[in-house]
Amino acid sequence: MPEYHPFLPFLVAALLAAVTRGTLRSIIMLLAPVVGGLMLLGVETGTLVQYQLMELTLSPYRVDALSLPFAYIFHIGAFICVLYSLHLKDTLQHVAGMLYAGSAIGAVFAGDLFTLFIFWEILGLSSAFLVWSSRDDQSVSAGVRYLIFQVLSGVLLMAGALWIWVDTGSLAFDVIGLEGGAAWLIFFAFGIKCGFPFLHNWITDGYPASTPTGTVFLCCFTTKVAIYAMARGFPGTELLVYIGAFMACYPIFFAVIENDLRRVLAYSMINQLGFMVVGVGLGTALALNGAVAHAFNDVLFKGLLFMSMGAVMYVTGRTKASDLGGLYKKMPITTALCIVGAVTISAFPLVSAFISKSMIMSALIEEGHGIIWMFMLFASAGVLEHAGIKIPYFAFFAHDQGIEAQEAPRNMLGAMSIAAVLCVAIGVFPAMLYNILPYDAPYSPYDMTHVLTQMQLLAFATLGVVFLHRSGRYPAEVPSVNLDFEWVYRRLLPGIYRIVVRTLQIIGDFIGSYLQSWSGNLMAALNRTHGPQGTLARTWPTGSMVLWVAVLLAVFLVLDFL
Amino acid sequence: MIASNLPALQVVIPLLSAPLALMLRRGTHSWVLAQLVCIAALAISINLLQTVLATGPISYEMGGWAPPWGIEYYVDAVNAFVLLIVSGIGTIVMLAARTSVAKEIAGDKQSLFYTAYLLCLTGLLGITITGDAFNIFVFLEISSLSTYILISLGRDRRALTAAFQYLIMGTIGATFILIGVGMLYMSTGTLNILDLAERLQPLSDSRTVQAGFAFVAVGVSLKLALFPLHLWLPNAYAYAPSIASAFLAATATKVAVYVMLRFFFTVFGVDFSFEVMPLGIILAILAILAIFVGSAVAIFQDNVKRLLAYSSVAQIGYMILGISFATVTGLTAAILHLFNHALMKGGLFLALAAVFYRTGGVSVAHFRGLGKTMPWTMFAVVIGGLSLIGVPLTVGFVSKWYLVLGALELGYWWIALLVLAGSLLAVIYVWKLVEAAYFQTAEGDAASVREAPLSLLVPAWILIGANIYFGIDTSLTTGVARTAAASLLGIGG
Repeated sequence: MPEYHPFLPFLVAALLAAVTRGTLRSIIMLLAPVVGGLMLLGVETGTLVQYQLMELTLSPYRVDALSLPFAYIFHIGAFICVLYSLHLKDTLQHVAGMLYAGSAIGAVFAGDLFTLFIFWEILGLSSAFLVWSSRDDQSVSAGVRYLIFQVLSGVLLMAGALWIWVDTGSLAFDVIGLEGGAAWLIFFAFGIKCGFPFLHNWITDGYPASTPTGTVFLCCFTTKVAIYAMARGFPGTELLVYIGAFMACYPIFFAVIENDLRRVLAYSMINQLGFMVVGVGLGTALALNGAVAHAFNDVLFKGLLFMSMGAVMYVTGRTKASDLGGLYKKMPITTALCIVGAVTISAFPLVSAFISKSMIMSALIEEGHGIIWMFMLFASAGVLEHAGIKIPYFAFFAHDQGIEAQEAPRNMLGAMSIAAVLCVAIGVFPAMLYNILPYDAPYSPYDMTHVLTQMQLLAFATLGVVFLHRSGRYPAEVPSVNLDFEWVYRRLLPGIYRIVVRTLQIIGDFIGSYLQSWSGNLMAALNRTHGPQGTLARTWPTGSMVLWVAVLLAVFLVLDFL
Repeated sequence: MIASNLPALQVVIPLLSAPLALMLRRGTHSWVLAQLVCIAALAISINLLQTVLATGPISYEMGGWAPPWGIEYYVDAVNAFVLLIVSGIGTIVMLAARTSVAKEIAGDKQSLFYTAYLLCLTGLLGITITGDAFNIFVFLEISSLSTYILISLGRDRRALTAAFQYLIMGTIGATFILIGVGMLYMSTGTLNILDLAERLQPLSDSRTVQAGFAFVAVGVSLKLALFPLHLWLPNAYAYAPSIASAFLAATATKVAVYVMLRFFFTVFGVDFSFEVMPLGIILAILAILAIFVGSAVAIFQDNVKRLLAYSSVAQIGYMILGISFATVTGLTAAILHLFNHALMKGGLFLALAAVFYRTGGVSVAHFRGLGKTMPWTMFAVVIGGLSLIGVPLTVGFVSKWYLVLGALELGYWWIALLVLAGSLLAVIYVWKLVEAAYFQTAEGDAASVREAPLSLLVPAWILIGANIYFGIDTSLTTGVARTAAASLLGIGG
């Protein structure tokens, strides 16, 4: 089979999508992940394509056991996303979506930091267009804030890569390890896209601002690429265990009080990423397998939940819990599919999250992180509360608001069904997923302790929610916007900025008048010498040209005879 | 038979075709002939480069007279590469010539244009291929005289003064070279370059040789328009016919830079040029001045051809800066930039030819609204401009990269900074065109301008495409440039 880069089908599809429309465009866009996926089946691990760019040895296409599972799920995810967005007529979203999915696949096959950087930037830029595609004021400013984080991450990655290149003369992207300034730069570059605490705001801010379809694209790729990059560059970094545990726990509190259901899901996403980051931090074969498997599953179940909320938003135009309710009568299929997603994310036995999350939990015990294990248990209970119960309850049940609605379009239902079937299938037949995991760590999820622990946990968590609800202590859904740490970015920093600007303005006005006359003089001087009729630019008489020849000859002779 | 005489045919074919082109009288007929000759020259130079890379330098005895008495044609990696640049650009520019020349030059003078073009090509190829110092002067005169004709064929009456000024300056430059060569002949009794190199070794203290060196250095600097000897160049490029501008901008100064390399490194040797003589410091200072003054003046220009001409002065500064380092990386950068700059300026001047063809002028005002009316032409200008700036994935980036690398190798980090600052000036003058074309709207008749004909667009885009291609796949150009640099410095080779 000829070696071709897996980014290619998506690039071609993006270009064609820009100039075609209607059914033809639908076919082209559906074909890209199918063709790419089929080609991928024939690829063998160890494939390495190298390429010489000036002094740099680049390997834009490196296939190994770690990159393959991500490539598989990205192709599946891309197919689902495309199917979900087929009803759109929005060229911008289609083109950006194809480039976005393709660059995620390119990033996991990048064998060197330079190639990674290129795809990292395409990833950031194309996804910003997905945020902007809502085309309202809120999404424009959210998209800009989103892009600032992405660009910051890209700049850190480039700086770190250059530093490493100068130090070692190699750009190969392998285990980096947290030593030296360059490694820290790259660590934070990955960390931003992983949604590290206090650097996570682009997720909770940007994702809910996008269109129903755009959000589905967004939730599939960026953060999973970051998890892949972490697993490649920093496996076994203990710091990650603590960061991950914090990531798993703190979003729960915000998710509980949040009113916008897509924002709840964005918090829930950070919580799930926390599990993966813990897995990467542990660094054992079992834990890394768990992180990869959980990332794989997360694309499916988080995608499913975002799709069901997207369907609700598409049909009703609302996503706030306080505005929704009682939709199960009018959207029964969507309701059922959403519940499958909710059950999956809560990690009930026989669904996919159970078989991957339990790997990470087992690895925690094996490595003797008892306290962290307790925290993660708490986080699991929180998942059930905010994602497993809150999402379907407030959207489809609760108090019937009598909203005008009908079932979601067929392509949306199809996409959701594929994801739902996969969620259950992987849960029932875990070997399907285990066979493609990168490391050798046999594991059996369905033994007595795992099932029992999880069921107890879920039962008591449910009980807790019911109790709170009945006793009226559950936080009410009030129409509001909650600011978490982004208060620092959106209120405090601009406030400081405004004070600084005012002070500078006063100083500036003071010296401005002086500067103005000075720069005016400078421009006049420049114009005298460099302007179209200036000394240096005008047509000189031949005699003075010859004079210069003489001067230069004299310089040569004098310097020589000295 | 033919294969063994290729070095001679490289020069002889265009030389003999030139009078034929004149006799054909009809512009179109002359063009067909000139085009065929260019293609033949390109084929020969490709063949020569392949042979040289595979089997090493070729020595050809003109008329069977053995060197050092007879005239020797000597082809190594350096001049094979320059031959390829000259004949390649000559061929592609010639593709565009018919349409543009038919518009800009009166019918009875067209065959004259093609004759001068072929003679100029002969001269440039001859300078490059010959291994004889006096022969260089002869071909220099052939190329210069034909260049004066090419320039004076311009529509603008200022073309005549420009040609006249260039005639005086060019003659002085050639005379200086002749005086220098004469002094060398006086000291060594030989004119063959390799023979000269050998016999000059023990003569490094000779005042005659040193004076000869100074004359050659100044003469060549004049021909390649090194600041402050560049004053003839802006008018010559600005008022010449568009095709002549494209051809000369992309090749003539490049060949002069080659002559500089040949004299300083092969004939005098790097030790003499850079240790006995104070060449390095003089070249570095003038090069940096050229970069900044050239770019700054370009920013203020209204006539876009003049703007690009001043930009050429700056770009020549980059090449000379690379030469002044006298290291493998520095020379690689200079030789790479020879090739890369030919691609940029060739493409840009052809795009200007297209603009002139449709709008009848090339001042910044003529560019207003062209982003809408001539999208392909303007897109070519934008990419060529990006390449001038040195944006990654264009050839401009590759040459700047090696230049900065060369500066850093020597610890001249401030020169590296100056090179990067120079690129920023290029951003400004390229932006001027972008702003006019995309952010201002045309008024009156200019709004109904159509896209340029394919016969102009295709050659321009071949060169612009090459800007991208060689910006990504650098193995051919850097490989040859590095081999050439190493052989000039006498390292391996």
